[in-house]
Amino acid sequence: MEVLNSLIEMTPISLMLATPLIIAGLGGLFSEKSGIVNIALEACMLIGAFVSATLLYFLYEAQVPFAAWISILAAVIVSTIFVSLHAIASIHLKADQTISGTALNVISTGLTVYACEIIFGAKSSKAFNISASLKEVRIPILKDLPLIGVLFDKIYPTTYIAILMVVVAWFILYKTPFGLRLRSCGEFPQASASMGINVVKMRWIGVLLSGAFAGFAGATLMLTTQTFFYFNSVHGLGFVAIATLIFGRWNPWGILGAGIFFGFAQTLGLYSSNVKMLSFIPQQFFSLFPYLITIVVIALFSGKGSAPKAAGEIYDASKR
Amino acid sequence: MKKVNALKISLIAVVFGLLTGFLIIAVTNRNPYNLVVALVRSMAGFNLLKPDKPINVLYILNWFLETMPIILTGLSVAFAFRTGLFNIGGEGQYMLGCTAAAYVALFVKAPFPLHPILCILAGLIAGGIWGFIPGILKAFKNIHEVVVCIMLNYIAWYLTSWFVRAYLPINPNTGSSSINFPESAIIPTLNFGTSSQFNYGIIVVVIALVIFHVVIEKTTFGYSLRATGLNFEAARYAGMKTKFNICSSMFISGAFSGIAGAVTILGVYHYGRTFQGFDGYGFDGISVALVGASNGIGILFSGLLFGLLKTTSNNLQLFNIPKEVGELIQGAIIFVVAAQYIIIYLEEKLSKKKGEFK
Repeated sequence: MEVLNSLIEMTPISLMLATPLIIAGLGGLFSEKSGIVNIALEACMLIGAFVSATLLYFLYEAQVPFAAWISILAAVIVSTIFVSLHAIASIHLKADQTISGTALNVISTGLTVYACEIIFGAKSSKAFNISASLKEVRIPILKDLPLIGVLFDKIYPTTYIAILMVVVAWFILYKTPFGLRLRSCGEFPQASASMGINVVKMRWIGVLLSGAFAGFAGATLMLTTQTFFYFNSVHGLGFVAIATLIFGRWNPWGILGAGIFFGFAQTLGLYSSNVKMLSFIPQQFFSLFPYLITIVVIALFSGKGSAPKAAGEIYDASKR
Repeated sequence: MKKVNALKISLIAVVFGLLTGFLIIAVTNRNPYNLVVALVRSMAGFNLLKPDKPINVLYILNWFLETMPIILTGLSVAFAFRTGLFNIGGEGQYMLGCTAAAYVALFVKAPFPLHPILCILAGLIAGGIWGFIPGILKAFKNIHEVVVCIMLNYIAWYLTSWFVRAYLPINPNTGSSSINFPESAIIPTLNFGTSSQFNYGIIVVVIALVIFHVVIEKTTFGYSLRATGLNFEAARYAGMKTKFNICSSMFISGAFSGIAGAVTILGVYHYGRTFQGFDGYGFDGISVALVGASNGIGILFSGLLFGLLKTTSNNLQLFNIPKEVGELIQGAIIFVVAAQYIIIYLEEKLSKKKGEFK
């Protein structure tokens, strides 16, 4: 019973931490399904976090309504523009996708902190007012249900959006002609091209979606867990999102499960010192757990073929 | 597709990177000339704004100090590149190297010249093992090394943070780092009377450069590695031990990054560290290897270039220019090297136009 109670207590925090992972993981999914590996999810999340934190600060000062949602929208737009650098390099200029992604990661930390110095005169942004940020919602009646009531009590709206995005992503990828075409570009682009599919366009859509999603994830992270931006705001969660994508076996439902799993793992780390059974495990082990389990999962499932076959390869229309 | 000289691509990338830097400084209402002043000052110790002052050796030494770890991580990334592998895990291997060296420095008793050598060997082995893991997974399970390396970076971060706190004697004043190393383990400084921390670790860097060059260019083992990198199937068909090559290449690659960690912690910090984030040397190594076209001499020069960029950005603070412009320049350089097809494409266009005029 005690275990159940602490599980219920941990749920809102776990879902809060899982939300950015799920959203960014879905972004990575669209990109990889189209055949482009995007290790710059971290960069896009950083841009999204910076834009949302900065804009929210100023919008609150100007007393603009719906400031949080406007900030999120702006984060999505700026991150989408930013990720097009990766699209240009990897789709048109035959760049190695890992190197191009690394370039974006380096640029993003430089760019955001530089902008902080210019705008705020410091290495971080000024803290925005929490009252302007996203608020947890309590859904009446549902929240009083036994057991599952916890899923409707003090949960951020972005979590519900993330779950909705999982459903929509699954529907688009697996139930529409567009999804089939997008996936074919990540498996055997030459064959897709021979069927009249515009591989270049499909991959642009994939990469732009990954930027938009990761920007949204960064903004979500900022507005639900922090109050100001600094260089380490995303602290590697973009790479945990990649881990979520892999642990979720390149499937929207898998990503949902993996995201929640990693969210719980992180929360367990926060709670571990209070729980007798876990207190002997150092806190760092909970932090490194998502990374470790990803390697284990890749090793166990290697050769099972759930990763898009052509992801990461430079597209050459004349290759067979 | 025509092959373009690697040196040309590197030079164009560097020029483009610097132009990006100037542009960003100008757009944000700062004086771009100050970037030139800071560059010259960091490179030659000469202050353009005060020409009557003598040259300050401190700046030059600090430049070389910044260059030391990134040449080593550059060699690390390049060694894997030559075998067709992408070692993006330098960051983790570096941390393991730091921590292993710190452990030996604090717990093994040895006289001076031997002690730092033992520490560096420990760093070498620790970094090597951390590189070996993605190597095995790549060779025997065909798992892409990039994802494994990224995950291992973060595992190394948390693992070292736990290990230092759990097993090294903690300095009560900081609470997050170990006590200072005994005098016998420290690599002595070579600062010509200045306050620079430039040290005899430079000898290790030079030896590493020479070993890299000889192994890759002059030995059958190096030839076999390069063949594996250029065409895996052909190398296998020719009877080369491709799996062994991948594993050993990743071990050696990781070892270089591990040495970078050992040399830094023995020469600069003198205590075991828990990391607040990545030092960035592993990622710098990617830039160094790319711009240096993964060969020894190229890496020496690109290491000096990126070392200069790092010291310069520290000096930029004096001119009210945020130091992050250094990262922006570096990012722009990597981007151009990644997207080098544009240079080849433009060149083909230009040469066609010239042809029409004839």
